[in-house]
Amino acid sequence: MKISDIMEILQGDIHACKDKLDLFIDSACGADLMSDVMAFSKENSMLLTGLINPQVIRTAEMMDIQAVVFVRGKKPNSDMCELAEEKGIVLMSTNLPMFTACGLLYKAGISGSGKACG
Amino acid sequence: MEKLVGSIIKKEYLIPANDFSIAGEASSNVRKLLTQLGVNPSIIKRTSIAMYEAELNVVIHGNGGTALVDIFEDRVEIFIYDEGPGIEDIELAMKEGYSTAPDRIREMGFGAGMGLSNIKKNADKFKLESEPGKGTKVYITMYLSQDGKT
Repeated sequence: MKISDIMEILQGDIHACKDKLDLFIDSACGADLMSDVMAFSKENSMLLTGLINPQVIRTAEMMDIQAVVFVRGKKPNSDMCELAEEKGIVLMSTNLPMFTACGLLYKAGISGSGKACG
Repeated sequence: MEKLVGSIIKKEYLIPANDFSIAGEASSNVRKLLTQLGVNPSIIKRTSIAMYEAELNVVIHGNGGTALVDIFEDRVEIFIYDEGPGIEDIELAMKEGYSTAPDRIREMGFGAGMGLSNIKKNADKFKLESEPGKGTKVYITMYLSQDGKT
């Protein structure tokens, strides 16, 4: 699924790397805890989160995550957008809550590559 | 026994205390170097995770510190140290879920007590030395062959 499709499904806005509308995303994870993204996320190419700070982008960089969606109407500030541009990470936002955003994307064919823990 | 080859790249990074705006810069820089050297992406990812977790620990707990990175032909050696308060019970600190991070760190999405075990999980070799009042030293070795283990 392309970034442009994701934006349509989530009725979202794009804030950084606006030239990457054709970037292909096939799997995602949803988390507010970056510690868990670092410890449990496998080969996901997109992160949905309600957490908003520059470390979300740093975490995405380290985990090879190519796009971040901020849920619940949160918008990244200009410093975060600048950092994301520098790292080549797409930043989007949606007014939808986390569960709904993840559900809509899952229904549309985005998978979660992580397996059950424990 | 490790091959005695000279390091091809030597780097030193200062990690400032409590400055979350640039925490991760050192790891990001090493990641860039390894990418330029054409290292296998999955090894780069494991290296990035291990070093970033260690770098965050220095920012959060260690009052800042230093990262020394040596890239050899066959491996990367990362030595991160601080002169912070040190760790009283290393075994306890290594346990998943155990954390002494303050609320302001947790509010930023970190401090869930996964860091040290996650370094161990991703590093090919990991050594932690710490003493209360004397700071903490973390040694990480990553092998650069395809399977990351030779």
